[in-house]
Amino acid sequence: MSELALKGIQELRGLLESGACSSREIIESVYARIQEVDPKINAYLKVDVESALLEADAADSRRSVGEKGPLLGIPVAIKDLLNVKGQSCSCASKILEGYISPYDAGCVAKLREAGAIPFGRVNMDEFAMGASTERSAYGITRNPWNLDHVPGGSSGGSAAAVAADEAIVSLGSDTGGSVRQPASFCGCVGLKPSYGRVSRFGLTAFASSLDQVGVLSKSVADAADTLGVVAGHDSRDTTSDRAAVPDYGKSLDGSMKGTKIGIAEEFFGVGVNPEVAERVRDAIDFCVSLGAELVSVSFPHLKYAVSVYYILAPAEASANLSRFDGIRYGNRVEAEDPVTLMCKTREAHFGDEVKRRILLGTYVLSSGYYDAYYVKALKARALIKQDFDKVFEKCDVLMSPVAPTTAYRIGAELDDPLALYLGDICTIPSNLAGGCGLSVPCGFSDAGLPIGLQILGPAFAEERILRAGFAYEQSAGFQSQRTSLFNV
Amino acid sequence: MTLLPTIGLETHVQLNTRSKIWCGCAVETAANPNTHVCPVCMGYPGALPVLNKEAVKKTVQTGLMLGCTIALKSKHDRKSYFYPDMPKNYQITQYDQPLCLGGSLEIEVSGRQKTVHINRIHLEEDVGKSTHLRGASGIDYNRAGTPLMEIVTEPDLHSEEEAFAYLTALKRILEYGNVSHCNLEEGNIRCDVNVSVAEADSHMLGVKAEIKNMNTFRGVHRALVYEIKRQTRAVETGIPLVQETRRWDDDQGMTSSMRTKEDAHDYRYFPDPDLAEIALSAEQVEVWGAELPELPERRRQRFIRDLELPDYDAAVLVADLHVANYFEQVVAAAAGSAKASSNWVMTEVMRELSESGGSPADLKVTPKALGTLILLVEKKVLNHAKAKEVFSLLVKSGGDPEQIVKNEGWAQVSDSSAIEGFVKSVIDENPSVVEDYRNGKHAALQFLMGQVMRVSKGKANPKIVLELLKEMLA
Repeated sequence: MSELALKGIQELRGLLESGACSSREIIESVYARIQEVDPKINAYLKVDVESALLEADAADSRRSVGEKGPLLGIPVAIKDLLNVKGQSCSCASKILEGYISPYDAGCVAKLREAGAIPFGRVNMDEFAMGASTERSAYGITRNPWNLDHVPGGSSGGSAAAVAADEAIVSLGSDTGGSVRQPASFCGCVGLKPSYGRVSRFGLTAFASSLDQVGVLSKSVADAADTLGVVAGHDSRDTTSDRAAVPDYGKSLDGSMKGTKIGIAEEFFGVGVNPEVAERVRDAIDFCVSLGAELVSVSFPHLKYAVSVYYILAPAEASANLSRFDGIRYGNRVEAEDPVTLMCKTREAHFGDEVKRRILLGTYVLSSGYYDAYYVKALKARALIKQDFDKVFEKCDVLMSPVAPTTAYRIGAELDDPLALYLGDICTIPSNLAGGCGLSVPCGFSDAGLPIGLQILGPAFAEERILRAGFAYEQSAGFQSQRTSLFNV
Repeated sequence: MTLLPTIGLETHVQLNTRSKIWCGCAVETAANPNTHVCPVCMGYPGALPVLNKEAVKKTVQTGLMLGCTIALKSKHDRKSYFYPDMPKNYQITQYDQPLCLGGSLEIEVSGRQKTVHINRIHLEEDVGKSTHLRGASGIDYNRAGTPLMEIVTEPDLHSEEEAFAYLTALKRILEYGNVSHCNLEEGNIRCDVNVSVAEADSHMLGVKAEIKNMNTFRGVHRALVYEIKRQTRAVETGIPLVQETRRWDDDQGMTSSMRTKEDAHDYRYFPDPDLAEIALSAEQVEVWGAELPELPERRRQRFIRDLELPDYDAAVLVADLHVANYFEQVVAAAAGSAKASSNWVMTEVMRELSESGGSPADLKVTPKALGTLILLVEKKVLNHAKAKEVFSLLVKSGGDPEQIVKNEGWAQVSDSSAIEGFVKSVIDENPSVVEDYRNGKHAALQFLMGQVMRVSKGKANPKIVLELLKEMLA
């Protein structure tokens, strides 16, 4: 294996532009790395190296005629719920086994346009419902820092692949923390853009009002470049925003001067593990030493966030997942009549967590309960958004832990869904408010597991959180620490 | 005890937009199965709906034609239930914020005017179509995603005749506004009926049944006759009715229970998070309203006022948009001879249409040709009998009436000296009939008249023949 797979976008771009390597060589290197480490990690569900090599050749010839671009010739691992034409898209569910997507998702189309190569389908919790990737129907993914631990989720495959250097960069999706939390658990960068920043067209919906395509990468600069490519309006998604896409790279000036960092104690008082709290506070202090200013803010409605989320997300999911019935595509259990066929298919091919959330959602939308649950949750959502609005009147970014804990042992929380749900407390509010968020590595626990610093911003303030994240990363340097499990 | 039925109608109307409501697929339900489908209308993973503006426009225009209040803010909701021909297993519809509210439609039943109030009109999507074959079921998703408008009346109707009249009047309006193809065989208009019976003066409603599966207005009429009779008998004999959905079987001519209120679906409506709220400006609504053609009632009044047509003629002519349009073109070609045009359209043209079952556009007689024909009669080039023969030729093979008259040598003879010759020879050849006439037998004149027309090969101007006969027999 060449060293190419171990590098990030910034370095590879230099090599590609100087002619020191080709896109084909990058694919070959990443593929070799996958073969070497993925038997231990299981980040990938499918890898189609033949078609990727053809696309790499196409990218190389685009470059040979003078084309340039931040992601030209760079392979991108794709979370298994994003449609890539001609590839499987199982959402890590048995119900979509055998489904081959007939179209490219909006973000995938933008990747192709930029000459990036969708390469490999990475594992996740079934339909993005979970926080550990243990809910995949195709086996668990392991944390590259400790194989007995989970990588987080639901974009656990995306995070583990990047952390184990078997992907240069990957796309995930974040509905309640599904990009930021696995980034934190795996020690990579995770970016959840604002709602509407990246097209949801082709992103298999979990909770439509919360879902957003995100980026997992080896550095903040890589995340910025990738966002620049996938962001932007898509006429096929009514909820995608028309705001112009800034040059995110330009905002990365390496400075923290003048940045007002908001600290809300509520984010540290929600069962956050002391070790995690300490590293995050250290990171914030470090930012102050870099010229940032601290502002104390409050977030009175944080305590409702998890409840609100676990009403609204399952409600939307219960309708979104209705289409998986075995009639038109995917897996099917044959039966005498279509209705029995649908029932048996859903019974046999949805996993337990998915069924649990469909039931929850069906319940809260039922007549007689709608006002008590759904309508009330919408009101509480508005209050949480209001908390954010007030916070960002006083500060530029809000810093907090990403998750209350480091990556837990495989199987530790499987039997306690409520504990698992509470692990989303710090990430959920940003989805409910439609803002943006970043997870940046900020150290390790004594057990050697990564910890992430969360940097939140208001809607369409990606430049702000990227600038702060970049300045911190450049001085703190945790991104350069890679897992030593696979050292050759 | 006198029992009064109370009826409300929910009419689903497919809009005649070019593309579907959420995607760019063509609305082509007659095409080969599943040839006009895409990830969006097939409910594929990750596909998202984008609202077709044209569908909003046509719904708003329908609302304007029915005098509804147009909601400048409205939204779409998901209605969840599992059905194999519904791709997403939820239908995107409008639950509590429809596009149009209120409104009314005037109907006439047995010469009596009546106002039917409209409750609401909302915009939703049609589903696919299941076909059950031996040992297998097939689903065609071409229809899935066809824009569908649901027009809901208040429970204002009290007989099957009123329901029928409402549907007929509604169809006329929809045709006028060009919002639907209104082809009943194609299922462009489908109607669910809510009906109950109660004592006429009780001001209470009885236990209602919702009847589904009527494919024609006649079917609605028949289903109502059956259902009102069934409910009336039940009430009279004290058998308790249950609130239920019943299915009309057109072949058997009866309704049967599909499901009772207890097993009614819980549709779990909630706002569709994939779609933004629909926000219209008053200016936009005004522009769409200005694009609408003259409505039947206003047109009827104009026919009476400006064209001086009798009330009856005006009502018959406006009943069908295409007939009314045809008529106006005939009038224009006939240099404004409205009454003569009306006579021709109401008799010859409409007879031809009812025999062929076609529309005026299919006729070989163009409005211009008919107008020319009417002018030929008015200029006395043709008498009425010969004009009818020309019309028959036009029906068969089209063409120009003037050319036909020329080719056939049918121009009417109005030259008195020529006619005098015919009259003279007839008088000479029929002395006994002449005698009868002179003895006061008036029928004899009719016979002589017929003889003159025969001799002239039908070309003599009858008015002049009669004058001359009377003069020469005097």
